[in-house]
Amino acid sequence: MIALTSPIRTIWHPVPAGAKLAALVVISAIAMMLDRPVPLAALLVLVGLAYAAGGVRFVRHGLGVMRPLLPLILVLIGWHLILREPEAGAVMVLRIAAAMAAANLVTMTTRLDAMIALVTRIARPLSPLLPPKALAMAIALMIRFIPVMSGRHMALREAWRARSAKKPGWRVVPPVLLGALEDADRVAEALRARGGMS
Amino acid sequence: MERNIALIALFAALIAVLSTVPQIHLPLGVPITAQSLGVMLCGTVLGARRGALAVALYLAVAAMGLPILAGGRGGLAPFVGPSAGFLWGYPVAAFVTGWIVQHWRASVGPVALVASMAGCVGLLYIFGIFGLWLHAPGTTAVPTIAASMAIFLPGDLVKAGLAALITQSLARARPQSLLSRQ
Repeated sequence: MIALTSPIRTIWHPVPAGAKLAALVVISAIAMMLDRPVPLAALLVLVGLAYAAGGVRFVRHGLGVMRPLLPLILVLIGWHLILREPEAGAVMVLRIAAAMAAANLVTMTTRLDAMIALVTRIARPLSPLLPPKALAMAIALMIRFIPVMSGRHMALREAWRARSAKKPGWRVVPPVLLGALEDADRVAEALRARGGMS
Repeated sequence: MERNIALIALFAALIAVLSTVPQIHLPLGVPITAQSLGVMLCGTVLGARRGALAVALYLAVAAMGLPILAGGRGGLAPFVGPSAGFLWGYPVAAFVTGWIVQHWRASVGPVALVASMAGCVGLLYIFGIFGLWLHAPGTTAVPTIAASMAIFLPGDLVKAGLAALITQSLARARPQSLLSRQ
């Protein structure tokens, strides 16, 4: 599984993850509070300049991530034109674009391990409810088991196709679930055998 | 403790796998996938608390930068985008779905259907509508936003039906596997 961090180094990569996340919260809040198109456009330009600091390839990479938004933006513009409220439409589109572009910039310039470290640090005050070791273990286990689950799902679909002319539908999901439950029991046993979580 | 961590982590991985199977993009940018099916199943199979935690873990890892949300999206952007309300509502939806299955001890299939519809359709849509409303300027009426969500309704009702069928077949194959009923 490939994380979404951009391999192109920018001046934003060395900035601590906590600082970037705090900045993102502030920018999103500002985007939600502004309700006129011009200041929102200025905010979007500002975020765009932050991308530009990474060079042409980085900007292109970032635009690629935003492409799935295009149909939504077209629908929103069309809808507001029908309602004859072009300004409201512009506000909505600019707001979504600015907030998502800023969030995506943080994702593209922060490594997964830095993010995990940050999350476990933020969660520390919750330690009576959510022990940091348990959280770190759960994150690591989940990431490790995505390819395992995916492999089992694929294998069951293959087995289905080998026996039936129909497409494998929901009927392959129950065995996948049973497999997950069995795996969980074995993983728990292995964790306990290695000293457990306490 | 160890067993709960393992269950939560593995079911979070399972939602990730279900979310990345082939799917269709709708014009409003909210893709139709088995993602919400995974959320429903976490509730009906694991029960309220573990189900909600599995969904929360899945979302946290997606936010940290793995492309495991519907349609191979991921990172922080979807959490501030137009469908962000649905994402924020997922853990609550899974909790309510699980709670209903845990506390209403009728035949599991119909209960799972009602629970999925109440938690992962009814309640979740309130979150989804609120999420899109946050982006809309004051002049856009809430009913307009609510109406635009109606296009997802048929797909989600089908998925609630599938969640019920899957839960029921799990209960038939091995009754003790439904941890929500223990």
